[in-house]
Amino acid sequence: MLRSTSLFRKLTSPLSRAGTSVRSYQYKAPVKEMIFCSEEVHGFQEHYKSLKNLSGEDASPEMVKEILEGMGKFCETELFPLNEVADREGCTWVNPTTIKTPAGFKEAYDQYVEGGWQGLAYPEKYGGSNLPMSLALMKSEIMATANWTWSMFPGLSKGAINTIMLHGEDYLKDVYLPPMIAGNWTGTMCLTEPQCGSDLAQVATMAITEDEGKTYSISGTKIFISAGDHDFGDSAGSADGQVIHCVLARTPGAPEGTKGISLFLVPKYLVNEDGSLGELNNVGVDRIEDKMGCHGSPTCQMNFENSKGWLLGTKNQGMNHMFTFINTSRLGCAIQGSTAAELSHQGAVWYAKDRLAMRALSGKKNPGHEPDMAADPIIVHPDVRKNLLTQKAIAEGGRSMIYECAKVADRLADNEMAGAEGDEAAKKAAEEADDEMGFLTPILKGFLTEKGVDAAHLGVQIYGGHGYIKQNKMEQISRDVRIGAIWEGTTGIQGLDLLGRKIFLQKLKPLNSHCSKVRSFCWDTIMNAPTSAVRNHAIKVALLTLEWQYLTARIGLMAKDDREAIGSASVDYLMFAGYTHCAYHWLQMEVAAEKGLAAGTGDKDFYEAKVQTSSFFFDSMLPQTKTLAKTMLSPTDNVMKMKVSQFDVA
Amino acid sequence: MRVMVGVKRVVDYAVKVRVAADKKAVDLANVKMSMNPFCEIAVEEAVRLKEAKKATEVIAVSVGPKASAETLRTALAMGADRGIHIMTDIRTDQELGSLSVAKILAKVASEESPDAIILGKQSIDGDFGCTGSMLASLMDVPQCTFAAKIDFDASTVERETDTGTEIVKFPGLPAVFTADLRLNEPRYATLPNIMKAKKKKIDTKSIEDLGVELSEGNEVLEVFEPPPREAGILVDDVDGLVDKLKNEASVI
Repeated sequence: MLRSTSLFRKLTSPLSRAGTSVRSYQYKAPVKEMIFCSEEVHGFQEHYKSLKNLSGEDASPEMVKEILEGMGKFCETELFPLNEVADREGCTWVNPTTIKTPAGFKEAYDQYVEGGWQGLAYPEKYGGSNLPMSLALMKSEIMATANWTWSMFPGLSKGAINTIMLHGEDYLKDVYLPPMIAGNWTGTMCLTEPQCGSDLAQVATMAITEDEGKTYSISGTKIFISAGDHDFGDSAGSADGQVIHCVLARTPGAPEGTKGISLFLVPKYLVNEDGSLGELNNVGVDRIEDKMGCHGSPTCQMNFENSKGWLLGTKNQGMNHMFTFINTSRLGCAIQGSTAAELSHQGAVWYAKDRLAMRALSGKKNPGHEPDMAADPIIVHPDVRKNLLTQKAIAEGGRSMIYECAKVADRLADNEMAGAEGDEAAKKAAEEADDEMGFLTPILKGFLTEKGVDAAHLGVQIYGGHGYIKQNKMEQISRDVRIGAIWEGTTGIQGLDLLGRKIFLQKLKPLNSHCSKVRSFCWDTIMNAPTSAVRNHAIKVALLTLEWQYLTARIGLMAKDDREAIGSASVDYLMFAGYTHCAYHWLQMEVAAEKGLAAGTGDKDFYEAKVQTSSFFFDSMLPQTKTLAKTMLSPTDNVMKMKVSQFDVA
Repeated sequence: MRVMVGVKRVVDYAVKVRVAADKKAVDLANVKMSMNPFCEIAVEEAVRLKEAKKATEVIAVSVGPKASAETLRTALAMGADRGIHIMTDIRTDQELGSLSVAKILAKVASEESPDAIILGKQSIDGDFGCTGSMLASLMDVPQCTFAAKIDFDASTVERETDTGTEIVKFPGLPAVFTADLRLNEPRYATLPNIMKAKKKKIDTKSIEDLGVELSEGNEVLEVFEPPPREAGILVDDVDGLVDKLKNEASVI
């Protein structure tokens, strides 16, 4: 690169002068965005008022703002700076019961426990604050953006808490839930084994009855167990080293396949009568994986050797029990995708406003054009803008998609609680909410993780060469988010789940009811459109839902001749569904933004940005559906005809 | 001992402010506002006194617009017991001067009779740093400003100076203290405390209700940004540097 001395003097950005960056971007919790999305787009306050059991009344607008700002401050100051440390240091296996986590992780976890944050959405009975689950999701969103790997520790613990709360006997709940909800004990989900991940029918871990069926002796190996162990309990702090594992295992003589798997609670330390920790329970970490990213989370190979365990739920119903949480865990995974887009976008915007390169082709007409500087900031260039807007569309569109699902999750939990007390109408409402979530979560997980990976790539691209350099904190996001499209069910699995199980097996019922609901909204919007853009977008979304149903029927016909058509079309189908769903959400956000502009009181720039991004999404991203519509109907033979031997490399 | 703490709602420290179009003020529209960092330190000190059982009550006071109630809630979430909100729409970052604020706080103090009053040493918008001293003067009580450490048992304060620190002894309470950076590191609000804060009381009054007559405020003539930083100049030798510093920059 040519640099004359006068040019060198004019460059005022430290970034440009120093070669590799001395400064880098700082994460800021987007509380304003979150409140716009939850309140102006999704009407959370009204939603909270409608909840019977969950403490909706405590979640007033001021309270929500304070909670989000409080968590935001903690994440900006304590968690985000550790993100880079986590990547650089990673975790170290010390011995089977100690994993050294990155410097600062333990201290941050202590602060988190002190803050009482883990119990946000859990019942007061067990020491929680009884706030709605949706608020917990929003708080988790901030943690996930600031430091994804750190947030996996409390995140996976929540999975274990949910499992025990729903399926554990009272005596188990009384012992295990309070310390887990307080955060003193962490938890994991142990499903995958060396020979099976996607196909859990092959689970081989054994559980042998002991003590007349009161307890079991669990033996086997589990792999890919995130946060399987840690060092949070090493010195006097808030954690005491206890880890609670929820383990899928088979009892002797159980039926073959998934119908013979049961779910067990296996603690790292046995718990004494008085609640104190007893001896180790033969649960050990054999090794931790050396991965592409997510170095801050120890991915453990767990070994259970005659470890004492307690049955959760009903024998042989383990898989069904696990599936009750599949929706929440998929939502958590979708959050991984959208938050990666958010963090990468924040970093990219910061850089693009500062970094000078070339001149805008249209000269001074361009916003951001800096005639006094040596060159224009790269944010003037269309290519950079397209990349930034793509990230923005995913981060904000994703947020809206997730918040809608969060509302359904609230309704589900609320009605489940009422149903447990005998309310039949509530039981039915819970089932409906469960179906709705079951339909949406594969779409959210599949689409947002894939697009999150894309958005993180774009973030690196926007930084140019500096994006490739670790110090600038962009390429880490790319490596960390990559697993999002794989775990919790690969994109391929999500596609099969959506098309095969959720749609075809249920004879298109969830699809039809979803599309009717969306079209109903579109119809209202068309009739009351504040702008022609909104009207056009509403028409577009309505047409897409029709196309969605049509494509489903077409694939159904193809599948009649060849069932492989389902597998062949499913990922394209999933992405089509994702784009369509995202469009529905951008429409909702645009409507809310136009409403804000019409009211004239709020932040004009903020609302205009939403309208602009929506326009970009509809014109520059949504047309991908055209390609997907074509490729999903591509003859199955194109994919299946080639022989296995023909795949041989020379 | 009962402690009164002053908290002020100011522009968040991370925000890059801009001058309003009429050049009469900083543009605060849709800008992120937070509790003044030195006020946070003051609240933290008061809450620690309560935890050490040296104080029985912490009262947070704020002078400002409707939204200052949020700042008071943050103080409550940190551990203050109740709040007093003196509502005003006069710009607290410019028109409402330190003397007026000191008068208001003095009136509140005369009604509440706290033993110790802790304020931040200055606010990061106006940066006047006068309110604490003026308040002590109006109340005719001792003042210990720029406190880096307060020892209520020994009645001493270690205060920051330009050359280091010095230890001063105060004759007794009541007294006014202003918090400097090293006094403590403020805590993060915990979730249970944020929720408890909702139930804590905030009394709202106007300046007229208090019966305070404000001093003549400041008249803002113009608000402008500092000139942009210019490129440096290379000098040939030390003599050249000294010459420039003496004759051009007039700093030596």
